[in-house]
Amino acid sequence: MHSDAFDRYHHENSALHRLDPRIKLVVTIAFILSNALLPDGAWMAFALAWLFLILASALSELGLGFTFRRSFIALPFALMAVTVLFSIPGNPIFQFHLMWDFTITDAGLLRFVSIVIRSWLSVQMAILLVAVTRFPDLIHAFEHLRVPAILTTIIAFLYRYLFVLTDEVIRLLRARQSRSATAQGQRSGGSVMWRARVAGNMAGQLFLRSYERSDRIYNAMLARGYAGQLRTLNPHELHGRDWAYAIVAFLFILALQFVGRF
Amino acid sequence: MLYSPVEPMHIPDGFLSIAISVVCWVITIVTLGIAISRTNKSLEERQVPLMGVMAAFIFAAQMINFPVAGGTSGHLLGGALAAITLGPWAGMLVMTAVIAVQGLLFQDGGLVVMGANILNMGLLTAAVGYGLYRSVIGSNRSTRLAVAGVAAWLSVMTGALATSLQLWLSGTANLQVVVPTMLGVHALIGLGEALITVAALSFIFRTRPDLLGEQSASAQGGRGWVFAGVIIALAVVLLSPFASASPDGLERVAINMGFIETGQSAPYEIIPDYTIPFLGETALSTIVAGAVGVIVVLAIAFIAGRSLQNRSTANPKS
Repeated sequence: MHSDAFDRYHHENSALHRLDPRIKLVVTIAFILSNALLPDGAWMAFALAWLFLILASALSELGLGFTFRRSFIALPFALMAVTVLFSIPGNPIFQFHLMWDFTITDAGLLRFVSIVIRSWLSVQMAILLVAVTRFPDLIHAFEHLRVPAILTTIIAFLYRYLFVLTDEVIRLLRARQSRSATAQGQRSGGSVMWRARVAGNMAGQLFLRSYERSDRIYNAMLARGYAGQLRTLNPHELHGRDWAYAIVAFLFILALQFVGRF
Repeated sequence: MLYSPVEPMHIPDGFLSIAISVVCWVITIVTLGIAISRTNKSLEERQVPLMGVMAAFIFAAQMINFPVAGGTSGHLLGGALAAITLGPWAGMLVMTAVIAVQGLLFQDGGLVVMGANILNMGLLTAAVGYGLYRSVIGSNRSTRLAVAGVAAWLSVMTGALATSLQLWLSGTANLQVVVPTMLGVHALIGLGEALITVAALSFIFRTRPDLLGEQSASAQGGRGWVFAGVIIALAVVLLSPFASASPDGLERVAINMGFIETGQSAPYEIIPDYTIPFLGETALSTIVAGAVGVIVVLAIAFIAGRSLQNRSTANPKS
Protein backbone atom coordinates (compact mmCIF):
# COMPACT_ATOMS: atom_id res chain seq x y z
CA MET A 1 0.00 0.00 0.00
CA HIS A 2 1.38 3.35 -1.07
CA SER A 3 -1.34 5.84 -0.50
CA ASP A 4 -1.34 6.15 3.27
CA ALA A 5 -0.36 9.77 2.68
CA PHE A 6 -4.10 10.42 2.60
CA ASP A 7 -4.35 10.17 6.34
CA ARG A 8 -4.48 13.60 7.92
CA TYR A 9 -4.19 12.40 11.54
CA HIS A 10 -1.03 13.37 13.41
CA HIS A 11 -0.45 11.30 16.47
CA GLU A 12 0.38 13.12 19.71
CA ASN A 13 -0.89 12.70 23.21
CA SER A 14 -2.10 16.23 23.76
CA ALA A 15 -5.15 17.49 25.63
CA LEU A 16 -6.84 18.18 22.29
CA HIS A 17 -6.15 14.67 20.99
CA ARG A 18 -7.72 13.16 24.11
CA LEU A 19 -10.81 15.37 23.94
CA ASP A 20 -14.05 13.63 22.94
CA PRO A 21 -14.51 13.78 19.13
CA ARG A 22 -18.09 15.07 19.49
CA ILE A 23 -16.88 18.11 21.42
CA LYS A 24 -14.14 18.78 18.85
CA LEU A 25 -16.58 18.49 15.97
CA VAL A 26 -19.28 20.68 17.52
CA VAL A 27 -16.80 23.36 18.62
CA THR A 28 -15.23 23.42 15.14
CA ILE A 29 -18.61 23.86 13.47
CA ALA A 30 -19.59 26.54 16.01
CA PHE A 31 -16.33 28.37 15.31
CA ILE A 32 -16.88 28.28 11.52
CA LEU A 33 -20.50 29.40 11.96
CA SER A 34 -19.37 32.21 14.20
CA ASN A 35 -16.90 33.38 11.54
CA ALA A 36 -19.66 33.40 8.95
CA LEU A 37 -21.88 35.42 11.31
CA LEU A 38 -19.29 38.13 12.04
CA PRO A 39 -20.00 41.35 10.15
CA ASP A 40 -17.53 42.69 7.56
CA GLY A 41 -14.63 44.59 9.08
CA ALA A 42 -15.06 43.29 12.64
CA TRP A 43 -11.27 43.34 13.00
CA MET A 44 -11.22 42.98 16.79
CA ALA A 45 -13.43 39.89 16.58
CA PHE A 46 -11.36 38.42 13.74
CA ALA A 47 -8.27 38.90 15.90
CA LEU A 48 -9.98 37.13 18.81
CA ALA A 49 -11.00 34.29 16.49
CA TRP A 50 -7.39 33.98 15.38
CA LEU A 51 -6.36 33.92 19.06
CA PHE A 52 -8.86 31.08 19.62
CA LEU A 53 -7.24 29.18 16.76
CA ILE A 54 -3.75 29.79 18.19
CA LEU A 55 -4.84 28.61 21.65
CA ALA A 56 -6.32 25.46 20.13
CA SER A 57 -3.12 24.86 18.12
CA ALA A 58 -1.08 25.30 21.30
CA LEU A 59 -3.27 22.72 23.06
CA SER A 60 -2.74 20.29 20.18
CA GLU A 61 1.08 20.38 20.56
CA LEU A 62 1.40 20.25 16.77
CA GLY A 63 3.16 23.61 16.58
CA LEU A 64 1.64 27.01 15.95
CA GLY A 65 2.52 27.07 12.25
CA PHE A 66 0.98 23.67 11.55
CA THR A 67 -2.44 24.80 10.33
CA PHE A 68 -1.00 27.91 8.64
CA ARG A 69 1.33 25.87 6.42
CA ARG A 70 -1.50 23.66 5.23
CA SER A 71 -4.11 26.35 4.82
CA PHE A 72 -3.37 27.45 1.27
CA ILE A 73 -5.74 24.95 -0.34
CA ALA A 74 -8.65 27.39 -0.20
CA LEU A 75 -6.74 30.31 -1.66
CA PRO A 76 -7.41 29.65 -5.37
CA PHE A 77 -11.09 29.94 -4.63
CA ALA A 78 -10.54 33.47 -3.29
CA LEU A 79 -10.37 34.46 -6.97
CA MET A 80 -14.13 34.02 -7.10
CA ALA A 81 -14.47 36.82 -4.56
CA VAL A 82 -12.12 39.22 -6.33
CA THR A 83 -15.04 40.74 -8.22
CA VAL A 84 -16.47 42.29 -5.05
CA LEU A 85 -13.40 44.55 -5.02
CA PHE A 86 -14.88 46.42 -7.96
CA SER A 87 -18.59 45.88 -7.68
CA ILE A 88 -19.51 47.37 -4.31
CA PRO A 89 -20.15 51.11 -4.47
CA GLY A 90 -17.92 53.23 -2.26
CA ASN A 91 -15.08 55.71 -2.40
CA PRO A 92 -12.58 54.81 -5.11
CA ILE A 93 -9.12 54.14 -3.68
CA PHE A 94 -7.28 52.70 -6.67
CA GLN A 95 -7.83 52.71 -10.42
CA PHE A 96 -6.23 50.88 -13.28
CA HIS A 97 -6.94 50.11 -16.90
CA LEU A 98 -6.97 46.55 -18.26
CA MET A 99 -9.27 46.32 -21.26
CA TRP A 100 -11.83 48.14 -19.11
CA ASP A 101 -11.41 50.69 -16.35
CA PHE A 102 -11.35 49.03 -12.97
CA THR A 103 -11.94 50.91 -9.76
CA ILE A 104 -11.29 49.35 -6.37
CA THR A 105 -13.58 50.87 -3.75
CA ASP A 106 -12.99 51.02 -0.02
CA ALA A 107 -16.22 49.12 0.65
CA GLY A 108 -15.24 46.46 -1.87
CA LEU A 109 -11.80 46.04 -0.31
CA LEU A 110 -13.35 45.75 3.16
CA ARG A 111 -15.71 43.00 1.98
CA PHE A 112 -13.00 41.11 0.09
CA VAL A 113 -10.57 41.11 3.01
CA SER A 114 -13.33 40.03 5.39
CA ILE A 115 -14.34 37.12 3.14
CA VAL A 116 -10.75 35.92 2.84
CA ILE A 117 -10.12 36.15 6.60
CA ARG A 118 -13.35 34.26 7.44
CA SER A 119 -12.49 31.54 4.98
CA TRP A 120 -8.87 31.32 6.07
CA LEU A 121 -9.73 30.97 9.77
CA SER A 122 -12.36 28.34 9.03
CA VAL A 123 -10.07 26.23 6.86
CA GLN A 124 -7.36 26.27 9.53
CA MET A 125 -9.78 25.09 12.22
CA ALA A 126 -10.99 22.26 9.96
CA ILE A 127 -7.37 21.26 9.32
CA LEU A 128 -6.73 21.16 13.07
CA LEU A 129 -9.85 19.05 13.63
CA VAL A 130 -8.74 16.23 11.32
CA ALA A 131 -5.14 16.45 12.51
CA VAL A 132 -6.11 15.74 16.13
CA THR A 133 -9.00 13.31 15.54
CA ARG A 134 -8.78 9.84 14.02
CA PHE A 135 -11.16 9.67 11.07
CA PRO A 136 -13.12 6.64 12.40
CA ASP A 137 -13.64 8.56 15.67
CA LEU A 138 -14.90 11.52 13.69
CA ILE A 139 -17.41 9.31 11.88
CA HIS A 140 -18.46 7.91 15.24
CA ALA A 141 -19.05 11.44 16.46
CA PHE A 142 -21.36 12.02 13.48
CA GLU A 143 -23.28 8.89 14.45
CA HIS A 144 -23.74 10.22 17.98
CA LEU A 145 -24.94 13.49 16.48
CA ARG A 146 -27.77 11.60 14.71
CA VAL A 147 -26.38 11.58 11.17
CA PRO A 148 -28.21 8.61 9.55
CA ALA A 149 -26.32 5.32 9.87
CA ILE A 150 -26.43 4.60 6.14
CA LEU A 151 -24.47 7.78 5.41
CA THR A 152 -21.89 7.28 8.14
CA THR A 153 -21.44 3.66 7.06
CA ILE A 154 -20.88 4.67 3.43
CA ILE A 155 -18.35 7.28 4.57
CA ALA A 156 -16.59 4.72 6.78
CA PHE A 157 -16.33 2.33 3.82
CA LEU A 158 -15.18 5.13 1.55
CA TYR A 159 -12.40 6.00 3.95
CA ARG A 160 -11.37 2.38 4.39
CA TYR A 161 -11.24 1.51 0.68
CA LEU A 162 -9.99 4.86 -0.51
CA PHE A 163 -6.45 3.66 0.08
CA VAL A 164 -6.97 0.35 -1.71
CA LEU A 165 -8.66 1.87 -4.76
CA THR A 166 -6.11 4.66 -4.95
CA ASP A 167 -3.42 2.02 -5.21
CA GLU A 168 -5.50 0.49 -7.99
CA VAL A 169 -5.60 3.85 -9.80
CA ILE A 170 -1.87 4.28 -9.38
CA ARG A 171 -1.34 0.87 -10.99
CA LEU A 172 -3.66 1.80 -13.88
CA LEU A 173 -1.84 5.11 -14.39
CA ARG A 174 1.55 3.40 -14.22
CA ALA A 175 0.41 0.82 -16.78
CA ARG A 176 -0.75 3.58 -19.13
CA GLN A 177 2.55 5.36 -18.68
CA SER A 178 4.59 2.30 -19.51
CA ARG A 179 2.51 1.62 -22.63
CA SER A 180 3.01 5.22 -23.75
CA ALA A 181 6.71 5.38 -24.45
CA THR A 182 7.69 8.19 -26.83
CA ALA A 183 10.67 8.78 -29.07
CA GLN A 184 12.45 12.07 -28.56
CA GLY A 185 10.93 14.86 -30.65
CA GLN A 186 8.01 12.71 -31.77
CA ARG A 187 4.43 13.59 -31.00
CA SER A 188 3.05 10.85 -28.83
CA GLY A 189 -0.40 9.40 -28.36
CA GLY A 190 -3.48 9.73 -30.50
CA SER A 191 -6.09 12.44 -30.73
CA VAL A 192 -7.78 13.97 -27.70
CA MET A 193 -10.74 11.68 -28.36
CA TRP A 194 -8.48 8.67 -28.29
CA ARG A 195 -6.89 9.78 -25.02
CA ALA A 196 -10.31 10.39 -23.53
CA ARG A 197 -11.34 6.88 -24.55
CA VAL A 198 -8.26 5.43 -22.84
CA ALA A 199 -9.06 7.37 -19.67
CA GLY A 200 -12.68 6.28 -19.90
CA ASN A 201 -11.69 2.64 -20.28
CA MET A 202 -9.51 3.03 -17.19
CA ALA A 203 -12.49 4.47 -15.29
CA GLY A 204 -14.67 1.61 -16.53
CA GLN A 205 -12.03 -0.93 -15.57
CA LEU A 206 -11.74 0.63 -12.12
CA PHE A 207 -15.53 0.56 -11.80
CA LEU A 208 -15.66 -3.17 -12.48
CA ARG A 209 -12.76 -3.97 -10.19
CA SER A 210 -14.42 -1.94 -7.41
CA TYR A 211 -17.81 -3.53 -8.05
CA GLU A 212 -16.45 -7.02 -7.89
CA ARG A 213 -14.30 -6.19 -4.88
CA SER A 214 -17.36 -5.00 -3.00
CA ASP A 215 -18.92 -8.46 -3.50
CA ARG A 216 -15.88 -10.16 -2.00
CA ILE A 217 -15.82 -7.64 0.85
CA TYR A 218 -19.46 -8.27 1.63
CA ASN A 219 -18.96 -12.04 1.72
CA ALA A 220 -15.91 -11.67 3.95
CA MET A 221 -17.85 -9.40 6.28
CA LEU A 222 -20.77 -11.82 6.46
CA ALA A 223 -18.33 -14.56 7.39
CA ARG A 224 -17.18 -12.40 10.28
CA GLY A 225 -20.67 -11.74 11.59
CA TYR A 226 -21.67 -8.49 9.86
CA ALA A 227 -25.30 -7.68 10.59
CA GLY A 228 -25.72 -4.38 8.80
CA GLN A 229 -23.91 -2.18 11.27
CA LEU A 230 -20.29 -1.25 11.99
CA ARG A 231 -19.22 -1.52 15.62
CA THR A 232 -16.52 0.16 17.61
CA LEU A 233 -14.68 -0.83 20.77
CA ASN A 234 -14.28 2.81 21.72
CA PRO A 235 -17.10 3.75 24.10
CA HIS A 236 -16.85 7.53 23.62
CA GLU A 237 -18.16 8.71 26.95
CA LEU A 238 -18.31 12.37 27.80
CA HIS A 239 -16.35 13.20 30.96
CA GLY A 240 -16.33 16.33 33.10
CA ARG A 241 -13.13 17.47 31.40
CA ASP A 242 -14.82 17.33 27.96
CA TRP A 243 -17.74 19.44 29.19
CA ALA A 244 -15.33 21.96 30.73
CA TYR A 245 -13.49 22.41 27.42
CA ALA A 246 -16.79 22.71 25.57
CA ILE A 247 -18.12 25.38 27.95
CA VAL A 248 -14.90 27.43 27.81
CA ALA A 249 -14.87 27.22 24.00
CA PHE A 250 -18.50 28.31 23.67
CA LEU A 251 -18.03 31.21 26.10
CA PHE A 252 -15.01 32.34 24.05
CA ILE A 253 -17.00 32.16 20.80
CA LEU A 254 -19.94 34.03 22.36
CA ALA A 255 -17.56 36.69 23.65
CA LEU A 256 -15.99 37.22 20.23
CA GLN A 257 -19.45 37.45 18.66
CA PHE A 258 -20.30 40.10 21.24
CA VAL A 259 -17.10 42.03 20.45
CA GLY A 260 -17.81 41.77 16.74
CA ARG A 261 -21.34 43.10 16.95
CA PHE A 262 -21.18 45.87 19.55
CA MET B 1 -0.17 12.95 -7.44
CA LEU B 2 -2.13 12.29 -4.31
CA TYR B 3 -5.01 14.52 -3.47
CA SER B 4 -5.28 17.64 -5.55
CA PRO B 5 -8.54 19.49 -6.03
CA VAL B 6 -9.48 19.27 -9.70
CA GLU B 7 -11.92 22.04 -10.26
CA PRO B 8 -13.23 25.28 -8.79
CA MET B 9 -16.65 24.13 -7.62
CA HIS B 10 -15.98 23.24 -3.98
CA ILE B 11 -17.06 26.34 -2.05
CA PRO B 12 -14.92 26.96 1.07
CA ASP B 13 -16.36 28.23 4.35
CA GLY B 14 -16.77 31.99 4.50
CA PHE B 15 -17.89 32.43 0.90
CA LEU B 16 -21.61 31.93 1.41
CA SER B 17 -23.91 33.93 3.65
CA ILE B 18 -25.58 32.09 6.52
CA ALA B 19 -29.00 32.47 4.88
CA ILE B 20 -27.88 30.80 1.64
CA SER B 21 -26.00 28.07 3.55
CA VAL B 22 -29.13 27.29 5.57
CA VAL B 23 -31.42 27.24 2.52
CA CYS B 24 -29.03 24.84 0.76
CA TRP B 25 -28.78 22.63 3.85
CA VAL B 26 -32.57 22.41 4.06
CA ILE B 27 -32.89 21.35 0.39
CA THR B 28 -30.01 18.89 0.81
CA ILE B 29 -31.32 17.35 4.04
CA VAL B 30 -34.85 16.91 2.68
CA THR B 31 -33.55 15.29 -0.53
CA LEU B 32 -31.13 13.05 1.36
CA GLY B 33 -33.92 12.09 3.75
CA ILE B 34 -36.00 10.87 0.81
CA ALA B 35 -32.95 9.16 -0.68
CA ILE B 36 -32.24 7.34 2.59
CA SER B 37 -35.81 6.16 3.12
CA ARG B 38 -36.02 4.97 -0.51
CA THR B 39 -32.72 3.12 -0.36
CA ASN B 40 -33.53 1.61 3.02
CA LYS B 41 -36.76 0.28 1.52
CA SER B 42 -35.46 -1.04 -1.76
CA LEU B 43 -31.91 -2.15 -1.08
CA GLU B 44 -30.71 -5.28 0.55
CA GLU B 45 -28.10 -5.25 3.27
CA ARG B 46 -25.37 -6.09 0.74
CA GLN B 47 -25.88 -2.79 -1.03
CA VAL B 48 -24.35 -0.81 1.84
CA PRO B 49 -20.80 -2.14 1.33
CA LEU B 50 -21.41 -1.76 -2.43
CA MET B 51 -22.26 1.93 -2.06
CA GLY B 52 -19.29 2.46 0.25
CA VAL B 53 -16.82 0.90 -2.16
CA MET B 54 -18.45 2.75 -5.06
CA ALA B 55 -17.96 6.01 -3.19
CA ALA B 56 -14.28 5.13 -2.90
CA PHE B 57 -14.37 4.34 -6.63
CA ILE B 58 -15.69 7.83 -7.51
CA PHE B 59 -13.04 9.35 -5.27
CA ALA B 60 -10.26 7.32 -6.88
CA ALA B 61 -11.63 7.75 -10.41
CA GLN B 62 -11.35 11.52 -10.02
CA MET B 63 -7.57 10.99 -10.14
CA ILE B 64 -7.74 9.53 -13.65
CA ASN B 65 -6.95 12.28 -16.12
CA PHE B 66 -6.00 12.63 -19.73
CA PRO B 67 -3.92 15.41 -21.27
CA VAL B 68 -5.91 17.77 -23.52
CA ALA B 69 -3.72 20.62 -24.68
CA GLY B 70 -1.38 23.22 -23.25
CA GLY B 71 -0.92 21.50 -19.91
CA THR B 72 -4.63 21.20 -19.19
CA SER B 73 -6.24 17.85 -18.59
CA GLY B 74 -9.65 16.25 -18.60
CA HIS B 75 -11.09 14.81 -15.40
CA LEU B 76 -14.05 12.91 -14.11
CA LEU B 77 -16.29 14.38 -11.41
CA GLY B 78 -18.59 11.38 -11.43
CA GLY B 79 -22.06 12.60 -10.45
CA ALA B 80 -23.74 11.46 -13.66
CA LEU B 81 -21.72 8.22 -13.83
CA ALA B 82 -22.62 7.30 -10.23
CA ALA B 83 -26.34 7.97 -10.78
CA ILE B 84 -26.44 6.07 -14.09
CA THR B 85 -24.62 2.99 -12.79
CA LEU B 86 -26.05 2.78 -9.25
CA GLY B 87 -29.47 4.37 -9.67
CA PRO B 88 -30.39 7.94 -8.72
CA TRP B 89 -30.92 7.67 -4.95
CA ALA B 90 -27.86 5.49 -4.36
CA GLY B 91 -25.86 7.78 -6.66
CA MET B 92 -26.84 10.77 -4.55
CA LEU B 93 -25.80 9.04 -1.32
CA VAL B 94 -22.48 7.99 -2.86
CA MET B 95 -21.73 11.51 -4.09
CA THR B 96 -22.70 12.93 -0.68
CA ALA B 97 -20.16 10.65 0.98
CA VAL B 98 -17.48 11.70 -1.53
CA ILE B 99 -18.12 15.41 -0.97
CA ALA B 100 -18.28 14.94 2.80
CA VAL B 101 -14.86 13.26 2.85
CA GLN B 102 -13.37 15.86 0.49
CA GLY B 103 -14.56 18.60 2.84
CA LEU B 104 -13.81 16.87 6.14
CA LEU B 105 -10.51 15.25 5.38
CA PHE B 106 -8.96 17.46 2.70
CA GLN B 107 -10.66 20.80 3.38
CA ASP B 108 -11.72 20.81 -0.26
CA GLY B 109 -15.00 22.58 0.39
CA GLY B 110 -16.15 23.92 3.75
CA LEU B 111 -18.19 22.37 6.56
CA VAL B 112 -20.93 24.93 7.14
CA VAL B 113 -21.35 25.37 3.37
CA MET B 114 -21.25 21.61 2.77
CA GLY B 115 -25.01 21.59 2.20
CA ALA B 116 -24.48 23.80 -0.84
CA ASN B 117 -21.58 21.68 -2.10
CA ILE B 118 -23.60 18.47 -1.77
CA LEU B 119 -26.53 20.12 -3.54
CA ASN B 120 -24.41 21.44 -6.43
CA MET B 121 -22.09 18.52 -7.04
CA GLY B 122 -24.05 15.56 -5.68
CA LEU B 123 -27.79 16.04 -5.90
CA LEU B 124 -28.19 18.26 -8.96
CA THR B 125 -25.59 16.37 -11.00
CA ALA B 126 -27.22 13.04 -10.15
CA ALA B 127 -30.73 14.33 -10.92
CA VAL B 128 -29.77 15.82 -14.29
CA GLY B 129 -27.44 12.96 -15.19
CA TYR B 130 -29.92 10.24 -14.33
CA GLY B 131 -33.07 12.04 -15.47
CA LEU B 132 -31.85 12.57 -19.04
CA TYR B 133 -30.39 9.07 -19.24
CA ARG B 134 -33.64 7.58 -17.90
CA SER B 135 -35.57 9.15 -20.79
CA VAL B 136 -33.84 6.88 -23.32
CA ILE B 137 -33.29 3.80 -21.17
CA GLY B 138 -35.23 1.57 -23.57
CA SER B 139 -33.34 2.72 -26.66
CA ASN B 140 -30.34 1.18 -28.35
CA ARG B 141 -26.85 1.44 -26.98
CA SER B 142 -25.57 4.39 -29.07
CA THR B 143 -28.52 6.58 -28.15
CA ARG B 144 -28.07 5.78 -24.48
CA LEU B 145 -24.36 6.57 -24.66
CA ALA B 146 -24.95 9.83 -26.54
CA VAL B 147 -27.61 10.99 -24.10
CA ALA B 148 -25.38 9.96 -21.18
CA GLY B 149 -22.68 12.22 -22.63
CA VAL B 150 -25.00 15.20 -22.90
CA ALA B 151 -26.36 14.45 -19.44
CA ALA B 152 -22.83 14.39 -17.99
CA TRP B 153 -21.99 17.72 -19.67
CA LEU B 154 -25.22 19.34 -18.50
CA SER B 155 -24.77 17.98 -14.98
CA VAL B 156 -21.45 19.82 -14.68
CA MET B 157 -23.01 23.00 -16.09
CA THR B 158 -25.89 22.70 -13.62
CA GLY B 159 -23.49 22.47 -10.69
CA ALA B 160 -21.48 25.42 -11.98
CA LEU B 161 -24.56 27.59 -12.47
CA ALA B 162 -25.92 26.72 -9.02
CA THR B 163 -22.52 27.54 -7.47
CA SER B 164 -22.31 30.92 -9.17
CA LEU B 165 -25.87 31.86 -8.23
CA GLN B 166 -25.20 30.97 -4.58
CA LEU B 167 -22.00 33.04 -4.57
CA TRP B 168 -23.85 35.97 -6.11
CA LEU B 169 -26.82 35.75 -3.72
CA SER B 170 -24.33 35.72 -0.83
CA GLY B 171 -22.80 38.96 -2.07
CA THR B 172 -19.46 37.24 -2.64
CA ALA B 173 -19.22 37.60 -6.40
CA ASN B 174 -20.42 39.85 -9.16
CA LEU B 175 -23.11 38.14 -11.22
CA GLN B 176 -21.89 39.67 -14.45
CA VAL B 177 -18.48 38.08 -14.01
CA VAL B 178 -19.09 34.91 -12.05
CA VAL B 179 -21.71 33.31 -14.30
CA PRO B 180 -19.84 33.61 -17.62
CA THR B 181 -16.55 32.64 -15.94
CA MET B 182 -17.89 29.58 -14.14
CA LEU B 183 -19.95 28.43 -17.12
CA GLY B 184 -17.09 29.06 -19.55
CA VAL B 185 -14.59 27.06 -17.51
CA HIS B 186 -17.08 24.29 -16.82
CA ALA B 187 -18.19 24.01 -20.43
CA LEU B 188 -14.66 22.66 -21.03
CA ILE B 189 -14.46 20.64 -17.80
CA GLY B 190 -17.87 19.21 -18.76
CA LEU B 191 -16.54 18.01 -22.12
CA GLY B 192 -13.87 15.97 -20.31
CA GLU B 193 -16.57 14.66 -17.98
CA ALA B 194 -18.81 13.72 -20.91
CA LEU B 195 -16.03 11.94 -22.82
CA ILE B 196 -14.87 9.88 -19.83
CA THR B 197 -18.43 9.06 -18.76
CA VAL B 198 -19.37 7.85 -22.24
CA ALA B 199 -16.18 5.80 -22.63
CA ALA B 200 -16.56 4.27 -19.15
CA LEU B 201 -20.21 3.35 -19.78
CA SER B 202 -19.30 1.92 -23.17
CA PHE B 203 -16.65 -0.20 -21.45
CA ILE B 204 -19.18 -1.46 -18.91
CA PHE B 205 -21.70 -2.20 -21.71
CA ARG B 206 -19.11 -4.38 -23.39
CA THR B 207 -17.85 -6.24 -20.31
CA ARG B 208 -20.76 -6.41 -17.86
CA PRO B 209 -23.95 -5.48 -19.77
CA ASP B 210 -25.99 -6.94 -16.91
CA LEU B 211 -24.98 -3.98 -14.71
CA LEU B 212 -26.79 -1.61 -17.06
CA GLY B 213 -29.56 -3.95 -18.23
CA GLU B 214 -33.26 -4.31 -17.48
CA GLN B 215 -32.74 -5.70 -13.98
CA SER B 216 -30.01 -3.28 -12.94
CA ALA B 217 -30.25 -0.52 -10.36
CA SER B 218 -30.11 2.05 -13.14
CA ALA B 219 -33.41 0.81 -14.57
CA GLN B 220 -35.23 1.03 -11.21
CA GLY B 221 -35.75 4.80 -11.05
CA GLY B 222 -39.31 5.95 -11.81
CA ARG B 223 -40.47 8.09 -14.73
CA GLY B 224 -40.51 11.08 -12.39
CA TRP B 225 -36.74 11.31 -12.80
CA VAL B 226 -37.13 12.13 -16.48
CA PHE B 227 -39.36 15.02 -15.53
CA ALA B 228 -36.99 16.29 -12.82
CA GLY B 229 -33.93 15.93 -15.04
CA VAL B 230 -35.51 17.67 -18.02
CA ILE B 231 -36.88 20.51 -15.87
CA ILE B 232 -33.50 21.20 -14.23
CA ALA B 233 -31.68 20.89 -17.57
CA LEU B 234 -34.14 23.28 -19.23
CA ALA B 235 -33.79 25.73 -16.34
CA VAL B 236 -30.00 25.69 -16.81
CA VAL B 237 -30.19 26.05 -20.60
CA LEU B 238 -32.61 28.96 -20.35
CA LEU B 239 -31.19 30.64 -17.26
CA SER B 240 -27.48 30.59 -18.16
CA PRO B 241 -27.65 32.87 -21.20
CA PHE B 242 -30.18 35.06 -19.42
CA ALA B 243 -27.91 35.39 -16.38
CA SER B 244 -24.90 36.08 -18.60
CA ALA B 245 -26.51 38.57 -20.92
CA SER B 246 -29.06 40.24 -18.76
CA PRO B 247 -27.82 40.10 -15.17
CA ASP B 248 -29.77 43.24 -14.29
CA GLY B 249 -32.99 41.42 -15.07
CA LEU B 250 -32.08 38.50 -12.86
CA GLU B 251 -31.04 40.91 -10.18
CA ARG B 252 -34.37 42.70 -10.28
CA VAL B 253 -36.17 39.37 -9.90
CA ALA B 254 -33.96 38.51 -6.94
CA ILE B 255 -34.59 41.86 -5.28
CA ASN B 256 -38.32 41.62 -5.86
CA MET B 257 -38.35 38.20 -4.27
CA GLY B 258 -36.34 39.52 -1.33
CA PHE B 259 -33.22 37.41 -1.94
CA ILE B 260 -30.69 40.19 -1.64
CA GLU B 261 -30.57 43.03 0.81
CA THR B 262 -30.43 46.37 -0.97
CA GLY B 263 -26.95 46.94 0.43
CA GLN B 264 -25.57 44.16 -1.73
CA SER B 265 -27.36 45.09 -4.92
CA ALA B 266 -24.50 46.99 -6.42
CA PRO B 267 -25.28 49.02 -9.52
CA TYR B 268 -22.44 47.29 -11.40
CA GLU B 269 -21.37 50.33 -13.34
CA ILE B 270 -17.72 49.48 -13.52
CA ILE B 271 -17.94 47.83 -16.90
CA PRO B 272 -20.57 50.03 -18.49
CA ASP B 273 -20.82 48.61 -21.99
CA TYR B 274 -20.34 45.05 -20.94
CA THR B 275 -21.84 42.55 -23.32
CA ILE B 276 -20.82 38.94 -23.62
CA PRO B 277 -19.26 39.10 -27.07
CA PHE B 278 -19.91 35.53 -28.10
CA LEU B 279 -23.47 35.50 -26.86
CA GLY B 280 -24.97 38.55 -28.55
CA GLU B 281 -26.94 41.41 -27.07
CA THR B 282 -30.51 40.45 -26.23
CA ALA B 283 -31.70 37.78 -23.86
CA LEU B 284 -33.67 36.09 -26.61
CA SER B 285 -30.75 35.69 -28.98
CA THR B 286 -28.63 34.29 -26.19
CA ILE B 287 -31.26 31.76 -25.23
CA VAL B 288 -31.29 30.66 -28.85
CA ALA B 289 -27.51 30.52 -28.76
CA GLY B 290 -27.69 28.36 -25.64
CA ALA B 291 -30.14 26.00 -27.30
CA VAL B 292 -27.95 25.79 -30.41
CA GLY B 293 -24.99 25.01 -28.15
CA VAL B 294 -26.87 22.15 -26.56
CA ILE B 295 -27.81 20.75 -29.96
CA VAL B 296 -24.18 20.94 -31.10
CA VAL B 297 -23.01 19.11 -27.98
CA LEU B 298 -25.77 16.55 -28.50
CA ALA B 299 -24.60 15.98 -32.07
CA ILE B 300 -20.95 15.68 -31.05
CA ALA B 301 -21.80 13.27 -28.25
CA PHE B 302 -23.97 11.23 -30.60
CA ILE B 303 -21.20 10.96 -33.17
CA ALA B 304 -18.67 10.18 -30.46
CA GLY B 305 -20.96 7.51 -29.04
CA ARG B 306 -21.40 6.07 -32.53
CA SER B 307 -17.67 5.92 -33.22
CA LEU B 308 -16.89 4.35 -29.84
CA GLN B 309 -19.67 1.90 -30.52
CA ASN B 310 -18.38 0.95 -33.99
CA ARG B 311 -14.88 0.38 -32.74
CA SER B 312 -16.08 -1.81 -29.94
CA THR B 313 -18.16 -3.99 -32.24
CA ALA B 314 -15.40 -4.13 -34.84
CA ASN B 315 -12.92 -5.38 -32.32
CA PRO B 316 -14.58 -6.66 -29.18
CA LYS B 317 -11.36 -7.66 -27.45
CA SER B 318 -10.00 -4.13 -27.18
